[in-house]
Amino acid sequence: MPRRISIGFATIFVVCIIWFLLTTGLGIIPSGRFPSPAETWSALIHVSGRGYGGGDLAMHVYNSLRLVVMGFLFAIATGVPLGLLMGWSRRAEAVINPIFLIIRPIPPLAWIPLAILWLGLGDAAKIMVIWFSAFVPSVINTYAGVRNIDRPVLEAAYMLGMPKFRFVSEVLVPGASPMIFTGLRLSLQASWTTLVAAELVGAFYGLGRVLNVAQQDLYPGMILVGMIAVAILGWGTTRLLGVAEAWALRWNTAALAAKG
Amino acid sequence: MMQKQISLRQSLLLGSLGLAGFIGLWHVLAVSGLISPVFLPSPLDVYDRFTTLLDRRFAGATLPGHLAASFQRFAYGFLLAALIGIPLGLLMGWYQILDEIVSPLFDALRFVAPIAWVPFAALWFGTGIGGPIMIIFAGAFPPCVINAYRGAKFVDPRLIEAANMLGTPSHRVIREILLPSSVPSIISGLRVSAGLGWQSLVGAELIVASAGVGYMMVQGQANVSTTTVMAGMVAIGLVGLALDSALRLAERIIQRRRGLDH
Repeated sequence: MPRRISIGFATIFVVCIIWFLLTTGLGIIPSGRFPSPAETWSALIHVSGRGYGGGDLAMHVYNSLRLVVMGFLFAIATGVPLGLLMGWSRRAEAVINPIFLIIRPIPPLAWIPLAILWLGLGDAAKIMVIWFSAFVPSVINTYAGVRNIDRPVLEAAYMLGMPKFRFVSEVLVPGASPMIFTGLRLSLQASWTTLVAAELVGAFYGLGRVLNVAQQDLYPGMILVGMIAVAILGWGTTRLLGVAEAWALRWNTAALAAKG
Repeated sequence: MMQKQISLRQSLLLGSLGLAGFIGLWHVLAVSGLISPVFLPSPLDVYDRFTTLLDRRFAGATLPGHLAASFQRFAYGFLLAALIGIPLGLLMGWYQILDEIVSPLFDALRFVAPIAWVPFAALWFGTGIGGPIMIIFAGAFPPCVINAYRGAKFVDPRLIEAANMLGTPSHRVIREILLPSSVPSIISGLRVSAGLGWQSLVGAELIVASAGVGYMMVQGQANVSTTTVMAGMVAIGLVGLALDSALRLAERIIQRRRGLDH
């Protein structure tokens, strides 16, 4: 849609001009409240060169990204199998569902103080809360995905005497995979939110730490740089997941067409 | 290997076994002394602490007091998000040009985690009530917009065509076709919003606040009072559950009313 894209660019361009006019040009917004483009640029130079909040930008980005990836991968490795099990076995569902029902209403961010009490301010506590926040959407969507598989497909596999391992890898997982990926996208989003919150509460490095120190220093330029960095990382990892999804579902033309 | 169906009785039995196993394991681990009670207090300790906090002050207020402070902020932020987000989403769904202008901005902002607004929120509105409201708004706003947009977009085109053909004036088309058919989507958006808003509030209170249940938990953590932290988690979960149930009920009532209308 070229019309859409050109209007999009025009909008972003106009917003940047308004930003410049309000801050530098006309000085309506004081620089203590919101940074001008020049101040944001200098903050970016500051954090990537001399460093800020305990390290340079590359180091903060690396550490935040590392924690999100680790927590997210742990969540997939535990959540998807549990979801498959709950979707497949009515008994497992009956046992596990009530436990989920009492844990689920507690938002992942509310686990942060407990994680700090248990594991301190280091990486382990962050991985724990990220794992937790990403775990719940992976389980629920995998579970729903298994339940959505056409019954005749399951019955055919059963009738043809498919061995258990092949049944899981060739029927259950592929059948549930569109929903699994929906869950993973939610998980990834939750991972970033949780990471930023956990780092804002207490950390030695990472983008949340940059935001926290910038807030205490009343340094709006650096706050904006931190936010933009978080947004770019969130966007980039989501795109990567999209690529993985397209690759994993390449056999499933119907699902891809439905997603556009 | 075929999926075994189980009866309701079996399912209830297994469910209570699961819950009992979970709480029992927690209790046994806590009282056995393998894990220190500072680390993992038993469920009974948490229950005791919860009831104590109901009328004893901790970090400046009782638990109901903290919850009231939190809920007040939540209500303001949530209402603000709904009042701005729903009309914006509907207008974006109806007028393509607005959609094309707002969507790129919205997509760019969507990737900023709501919690990342905390520093600006504190800078602009302080840490009392304004800052947290802005964070809740940041969490609750996107689902309101997206679901109102979807609701407006996926109206059965035949209805609009029929209305146009019969010469219905456009304000009546909006009021009698577009709005009613987007209501279910709007309500489900509100449910997502309430959940995200409530979670963002907890996050905001952990970082910047001087009252509220999140603040109470941070103080509990600073005092190494694990029971207080866990009691706070229980309270947050209960309020979140109540919010969700209330909106679910609203959803059902609206659906039923429409079922009768048709």
